[in-house]
Amino acid sequence: MNVSLFITCYNDTLFPTTGKAVVRVLERLGHTVDFPAGQTCCGQMHYNTGYQAEAMPLLERFVAQFKASEVVVVPSSSCVAMMRDHYPKMAAESGNAALRREVEALLPRVFEFSEFLTKKLGLTDVGAYYPHRVTYHASCHGLRNLGLGEGPQTLLRSVRGIDLVELEGLEQCCGFGGTFAVKNAEVSSAMLGEKTNAVLNTRAEACTACDNSCLMHIQGALHRQRTGVKTVHLAEILAGTEQDGRL
Amino acid sequence: MSAPLDPATAPTFPMAARTLVGDTQLRKNVRHATDVIQAKRRRVVDEMPDWQALRESGRQIREHTMRHLDRYLEQFERNCTAAGGVVHWAADADEARRIIVRLVQQTGSDEVIKIKSMTTEEIQLNKALQAAGIKAYETDLAELIIQLGEDQPSHIVVPALHKNRQQIREIFRSTMNLPDLGESPQDLADAARRFLREKFLRVRTGVGGANFLVAETGGVCVTESEGNGRMCLTLPETLIAVAGIDKILPRYQDLEVMLQLLPRSATGERMNPYNSLWTGVHTGDGPTSFHLVLMDNGRSEILADEEARQTLYCIRCGACQNVCPVYRQTGGHAYGSVYAGPIGAILTPQLQHMEHAQSLPYASSLCGACYEVCPVKIDIPEVLIHLRNKVVEQNTAGIKGLFDAEAAAMKTMAMIFRSERRFRAAQRLGRMAQSPLVGSDGWIHWLPGFAGGWTQVRDLESIPKESFREWWEKRGASDVR
Repeated sequence: MNVSLFITCYNDTLFPTTGKAVVRVLERLGHTVDFPAGQTCCGQMHYNTGYQAEAMPLLERFVAQFKASEVVVVPSSSCVAMMRDHYPKMAAESGNAALRREVEALLPRVFEFSEFLTKKLGLTDVGAYYPHRVTYHASCHGLRNLGLGEGPQTLLRSVRGIDLVELEGLEQCCGFGGTFAVKNAEVSSAMLGEKTNAVLNTRAEACTACDNSCLMHIQGALHRQRTGVKTVHLAEILAGTEQDGRL
Repeated sequence: MSAPLDPATAPTFPMAARTLVGDTQLRKNVRHATDVIQAKRRRVVDEMPDWQALRESGRQIREHTMRHLDRYLEQFERNCTAAGGVVHWAADADEARRIIVRLVQQTGSDEVIKIKSMTTEEIQLNKALQAAGIKAYETDLAELIIQLGEDQPSHIVVPALHKNRQQIREIFRSTMNLPDLGESPQDLADAARRFLREKFLRVRTGVGGANFLVAETGGVCVTESEGNGRMCLTLPETLIAVAGIDKILPRYQDLEVMLQLLPRSATGERMNPYNSLWTGVHTGDGPTSFHLVLMDNGRSEILADEEARQTLYCIRCGACQNVCPVYRQTGGHAYGSVYAGPIGAILTPQLQHMEHAQSLPYASSLCGACYEVCPVKIDIPEVLIHLRNKVVEQNTAGIKGLFDAEAAAMKTMAMIFRSERRFRAAQRLGRMAQSPLVGSDGWIHWLPGFAGGWTQVRDLESIPKESFREWWEKRGASDVR
């Protein structure tokens, strides 16, 4: 399959390792990856903070960059949720009939990374090896908006060498919420405190998720507290094999 | 905390939350109480094979009602009047208060017993009654605790949820003059019962609200757990109820859906212990005089906003408060309104005509847990985003808008994202600009200004030397698979 990668603005800038891992997994499975160079941002931060008008040109850019793609894979559950939940309405309200049709045609071909593997390709074992104790955090947008369900855990359970431990309070938000983390820093920190306690209680070496934004948040506190526990995107776990076996 | 919660004068949510998050006893009480209610709710919801279909029915009933609200309100008024009730219309809180005070004065009594009603809290009725020399006695156990403790409600179903048993015992001990009061639930309930019985038997006027108004029959429904509401509905000579115009249901049979959704969502009970339903007045049976005040107080404005209209579908079950990770940390007082939690975050600013409480739509991480449990499927995150947009439009309007720092930053970032070339330049610039902030371990431990909220308790890994797209381009030339 020809897979177009929408890396997302923050993964591109802050988490290139995740992008490399996605490419590695997809190519190992025999797919061809392309990267439309004009891509930037899906508009989630603007839309969710109340700057709807600013998000609109970013929708148009996304559609222009990816409308010819066979499938689009995105290693960020919240960005996919942004597109699925809001693009149809934004396009309808734009009054641009052609854009509305393009959005309708494109969205069914857009997948969050783990969703692409489990739902589109029907895979559970992608041949990964990761000999570490890991706990999985279900990002809210993946859990509720995308309905990823057990998908990511199914992929993790098939990883050789992994010791997967369940996180208490799996369905509870880590407190990131984009600009919420700075607009309501105290409440966000209190929510994060509950989450990092749960992570530490698992005695895992690493906490994983399908969304680096939650992980950046969790990692921020784990690092500040010098816990030695890392965060790692699901793709990076699935990219590992016996040949390299690095954390 | 003795002044009524008033969104017009309350501090912003982040300001209020800063203090409350530091109250470890409060947070412990709120976490414990919401965990208990949530577990009960889950048990009685999971046993229902048709829960999702029930939610959909609830949603459709409310959607239909709001679309034809004018017609159903008039139908209710006709039927209630025909049954001997008197319907009054109030455009706002002030008018509702004046009507109720006048009605109480006409009875000649200077005291009333009250049924738990968040609508009376919304309009700060007790304060108005007091100003008119009328003493109001709260009879709902939680509301009694709040009243005696000179506190304010922090939850729409369980208003004293932020208090634990020991704190309640202290309140009863000092205000009821019971130095030897024990702290078992039985002791506390006994004390409240003795305190309230005397009022039930003496006071001739009852004041309360309504859970539902049935247009088809003109009937009014109140659901509760304690039976104290039933006392107030049946013993007095005069009964006065105030209800928002959103409380209407078209048909009697709609209660079949609502009386399944409400108790399971609210208190985790299959059915409320007391479900009172009355129509007008009946000789020799209950109050001889019944008044219903139908109040707008901002609701018709919400009705007119198609995207926010679903706010009015709410049946006040409080499930969204119990599940909310933000409410869990702060309790209800941070919202500066009797309507706390996710529903408060969308309802309060709208009831304030978007003139106050503009920080509330931002008091959410948009995690979606509220939408998942809502028995009438209100997409609260969607309404929050819609209201955020309204707040931004206010903040960016006119000359003042030109100096809004957040708007300037957002517009600059949008401008960057509209061009690949600018985005690349910004990535390079970010790498250079961060260098004074990056510690020897490669992490940022302090950020200036607005972003400083992040580094209060979190570090930030520095921006890597190479972006993904730079890596991709280098690789394209040489590396294959």
